[in-house]
Parts: sequence; C-alpha cells; structure tokens
Amino acid sequence: MTPFRVHHGIVAALPRVNVDTDQIIPKQFLKRVERTGFGPALFYDWRYRPDGTPDPVFELNRPKARGATILLAGANFGCGSSREHAPWALGEYGFRAILSESFADIFYANSCQNGILPVRLRAQEMAELFHRAAASEGPYHLTVSLEEMSVVDGDRFTARFTMEEYRRAALLEGLDEIARTLLHEPAIAAFERRRAALHARLEA
Amino acid sequence: MSGRTLFEKVWDGHVVHQLPDGGPALLYVDLHLIHEVTSPQAFEGLRLAGRRVRRPDLTLATVDHNVPTGDRTLPIADPIARRQVELLIENASAYGIPLYDLAAPEQGIVHVIGPELGATQPGLMIVCGDSHTSTHGAFGAFAFGIGTTEVEHVLATQTVVATKPRTLAARFAGRPAPGVSAKDLVLALIGQIGTAGATGHVIEYMGPAVRALSMEGRMTMCNMSIEAGARAGMIAPDETTFAYLMDRPRAPSGAAWTRAVDRWSLLVSDPDAQYDLTVEVDASTVAPQVTWGTSPGMVAGIDGRVPAPSTASTAGEREAIQRALEYMGLAPGTPLEGIPIDRVFIGSCTNARIEDLRDAARVVRGRKVAPRVRAMVVPGSMMVKAQAEREGLDEIFRRAGFEWRNAGCSMCLGMNPDILQSGERCASTSNRNFEGRQGRGGRTHLLSPTMAAAAAIAGCLTDVRQWTLADPAEAEQVEAAR
Repeated sequence: MTPFRVHHGIVAALPRVNVDTDQIIPKQFLKRVERTGFGPALFYDWRYRPDGTPDPVFELNRPKARGATILLAGANFGCGSSREHAPWALGEYGFRAILSESFADIFYANSCQNGILPVRLRAQEMAELFHRAAASEGPYHLTVSLEEMSVVDGDRFTARFTMEEYRRAALLEGLDEIARTLLHEPAIAAFERRRAALHARLEA
Repeated sequence: MSGRTLFEKVWDGHVVHQLPDGGPALLYVDLHLIHEVTSPQAFEGLRLAGRRVRRPDLTLATVDHNVPTGDRTLPIADPIARRQVELLIENASAYGIPLYDLAAPEQGIVHVIGPELGATQPGLMIVCGDSHTSTHGAFGAFAFGIGTTEVEHVLATQTVVATKPRTLAARFAGRPAPGVSAKDLVLALIGQIGTAGATGHVIEYMGPAVRALSMEGRMTMCNMSIEAGARAGMIAPDETTFAYLMDRPRAPSGAAWTRAVDRWSLLVSDPDAQYDLTVEVDASTVAPQVTWGTSPGMVAGIDGRVPAPSTASTAGEREAIQRALEYMGLAPGTPLEGIPIDRVFIGSCTNARIEDLRDAARVVRGRKVAPRVRAMVVPGSMMVKAQAEREGLDEIFRRAGFEWRNAGCSMCLGMNPDILQSGERCASTSNRNFEGRQGRGGRTHLLSPTMAAAAAIAGCLTDVRQWTLADPAEAEQVEAAR
C-alpha cells in the first residue's frame, strides 16, 4: 500500500449528499477480476453522456478540476454497497484524499486499505471549503497532512481532523494489514484451541 | 457496572486480541461467506503473497451476483461474468472451500442460503464481501459486510480487524395493520432516522412488533440495516429462531441441539443494558411504505405524496430531493398511489424467501398482471424455488403473467441481463433505489412483496390494505375443486 504522509494537490468539489458506491462505480464495471482498470469508469453515469462523450456539466469534467487529487464530498459519502472497486476507481483516477462531513463505515475502511485518506471535517469547515473551491477562478489547492492531521490552503484556511491511531499508523507507513495481524498468530491459535474445546463439549 | 447488550455479548466472545487505547480489536470469524464478484482479487492477493486459506471449513461459497436467472443449461453468455464464476470454482477447489455452484440444488443468494442451510446460527461472528451481510443478524449473530482486502485478510487469518461500534436500540411497539410487513417497518425506521442515521452503530431491533415477526420478516429487517448506515442489525434469538433452525443441514442435532438451544437462549440483552441511542417506532401507525426518490430514506406511506424540495431542512437535502425528483420523473405533490409502473421485480436478499413469495401469491391468485407491465419473480435460492413449486406458487405467478425464474441477485443490482431500460419505472422488493442501480436511467420504487404484487396487477402503485387477499387454506380448497 502507498503510504500517506503529506499531500498537496488540486481539489475537485462534488457537493452532493449520500453519494453511493453504485454512483462511484456502476455495477457493469464490477466484472473485472483484477484490482486495476476501474479508473476510466469512475462516476461513469455522471461523467459521460449516453453517447459516451464527457458531460461538461459534471463537476470532475470542469477545467479547474483537471488533475484533481483531493475530492471534496457531501455528507455520507460512499454509502451502499461494500464494493472495494469504489476506492480502486477513485485511486486509479488519481485521488489521494477525500474530505467529507461523514463517510459510510465500509467505504471508510476500504479507502484506508488502499492508501486513500478519508478526512472527516466539521459541516462548517466543509461548507467553507466548498465555498472557496467554487469561488476560486483557477484550480483550488489544498495540503492534507496525516502527520499533522491538518488541512490547509495557504490562504488562512486551517482545519484539524482526527483518526484512529491504528489506521493512521497503517497509512503513514503503508503497512500490510495481514502481516500486521499475523504477528498475533499465537493469540489466534490460542483462540482456536479454546473454540475447538468448546465445540467438542457441545457436540459430544 | 451495567449489563451487556446482545451485541456486546457476541463481540466479547470473539475478541482474539484487543489493541490498546480504545483501538480496534481482532475478532475471530466463525463463518466467512464468499461469492464470485468480491472474491477474485482477494484470492489473487493470497496467491501472490504465498498465503493459504486458514480455515476453508469455516468458509462457504456460492455464485449469486452475476448469474443469469433464465435457462441454466446454457453457458453464461457474458464472457466476463462467466470468468468470475469459473474463477470462484477454481479458487474453491484449489483451497478446499465448500461451494454451491450453478448446478447445486442449494445455490442461491448468499444471504438466503446461509440461514437456509442452518450455517447461520445465534451468537456467531459472520462476515461476507457484501453489505447485506447484516441479514444474518436476524438470528442473533453479529454479521457485517467487508471489502475485498478484508476478505483476503479473513481468508488468511480467519480474523477481521474491527472498531467496536456503538449501539442503537430500535423499539417497535404496537401491532402493525394487516398488509403492513417487516419491509414497511424497516423502511419507516430509515425514513425516520435517515440513511446515515445509524452510521457507526449496531441496531438491535426489539419490541412486540419485532417478536411477532417470522424469521423471514426478521431477516428483511436486519438486511435493510445497512440502508440506515448501520454496521449491523441484530435480533435476540427466541423460540421462532430455534424452530426455524431445527433440522437444517448444518444446524446441530440430537443432544448437541439441546445444548445449543440452552446456550443460544442466553443471547439476550440484560435488562439494565445501556444503548448509545434509542429510537421508537409505533408499528400500529405505519402504512405500507414506498420510496419516491433515489435513496432508501426518501420514503413515505402509500397514502402520502411526493414531497417538495422546499420541505427539506438543509440546502444539501433540498438539492438531493430536487435531483431525485428530476431523475425519478416525479412532480412534488403527486399522490404515490396511482403512479403508473412498467416493471415489477419480486426478488433479492431482502424479500425473496418462501414467506415473501407466499405473501405475494395471496395477492396474485386469480388475478392478471396489467397488460403494459412486465413482472418477474426471482426466488432467493433454488431451495426456495423448489419449495414454492411444491406449494404451487409458481403456477399462481405464471398464470397471472409473471415470469418465474431461477435464483440469483438478478435485477436488484442488474449485474446479469435482468435490467431496466432508461426511463422504465419499477416496483421492486429489493433494497436500493439508487440512480442506475437497476439499469442506467431506471426508476426504482422500493416496497414490500404484497405491495409489489398488487402494483403488478393494478399497473400502478396501490395500497394493498384495500385489497382482498386469498386466504391460504380457502384458496387450496378452490384449487382442489377445480
């Protein structure tokens, strides 16, 4: 997993609430058996018109969002299906961080597993960021630091966020969670022995 | 110290290792369900790292998401869908995982067959790479959906890393009116608390209206927990649970059964257990529910109307309603009753169990699907299908003009050929009315099986409380006399 320490990049603003993972990656693209190849299908139904050409109205297709790596999203982002294809698509498109008032639980975990930082900010802070992104004539930039747990824009906007230390450490170091868990192999094996003994008693 | 909730009891029994400082815990997984769409990348990761499947005996695989529901003797036409199914067969065989493939009489939607086989039991910790894993909580299991990287983690370690969720008590008082089902109760709850109302929480459903539900109804309720944003839904096991599980293939038998029931009976919340949130719903005032928008929380009673965006409390919600009404092709103030529909889908892990089909059949019996409407029934599993056929339900549906199909997720998510065309309006017993969920441009109204059946006959959304239903026993006699 790619570590996440500090990231500076262009912002794309998607001020819609309850964006579900069916919108992030529609089901017709879930048939791949690899973790790659999902970027071009990101937000497919919103991003392209029925004839396959990019829809200029869609937020990500606007010139100032070109090359965006930070997504501003409405509340409850990533609700619905557990498909990890959603963060795979977001990551492949180029997003490194997603900022929202709130995330759906499974999506939040899936993003962390893929080196994409989900940042929870207060409603007021998100409103201010949406306002600044909209007001900016050219691309709007932010710096997201997981080391400092801060979001700054170099123009007097600063916000702090929190993250569970276990997840933060994994992102900062790009740790493989399976390897991390296997350090507890003796505890897993001991649990299995107790479990087997209980089952033997119940099934005797 | 106060008592523990049902959830806390199950959680505590599965902690392998607790990380310090309120960090997540490593939980042991008793049952890992896998299917063809979210597992291929997990097996690939396992293979690349040279890891094995730790407990194939605690893993169970089936194909459901992308499988065709038409003629099973033909090869799967979609080459990519076929590849996913073939890969699951290869992976299951390589790692020794029990698999119910397309040829198996037990094949079906993973959340239908787990309980049907008796693999889903009270007190278990169950995960699956699918958000509707919350279904299994109906038995008093702690069950939740995970992503593919986590699927790989469970395959390799038989554990999952989880942060302890908070608890939400959803108490359903009163008795629902005839024609009001578990689907209506849970949709009413989601309408009340919103699609993020239970984020970070486990919902425990309780109260007389929940106790009165069959296992099928309880599964419908827990299934929809994720649509309220919940990590999981749970219901304490009782006599209804035990009666459902008895004699199922994977359930304990003989003396082990008695011991199991004794243990399962302890899985109730203590009287002094504390919940982080409590929500009350008066079941006696709930009308049959229908969604009018593109999120399950955009829901109202069938006697209600499409709301105006101006009724929203925040700017974000106002825009969401505006967008939803445009997408759904509905004007504010339109009565829900009478909205014409093109398609009807009775199926999905939410509402395609035997009781759902029996309920729908009571509406359909002796009637005809409206001429313009295309309606289909997709049983949740091949065992549900076989049971329904033994009871003659397939004939009732077929005679009325419904298509009677094979088991799978089908039009709930439209990964197989069963999809809506753009602009088509569908009355659906599934769980998500998201934009494009059932096909790009398709318009979904979520409702219960009896409401869907009535809509098929009427050709529009209609209040099933006004309908005369066939009495099951009486209907049998009519059938016999014919």
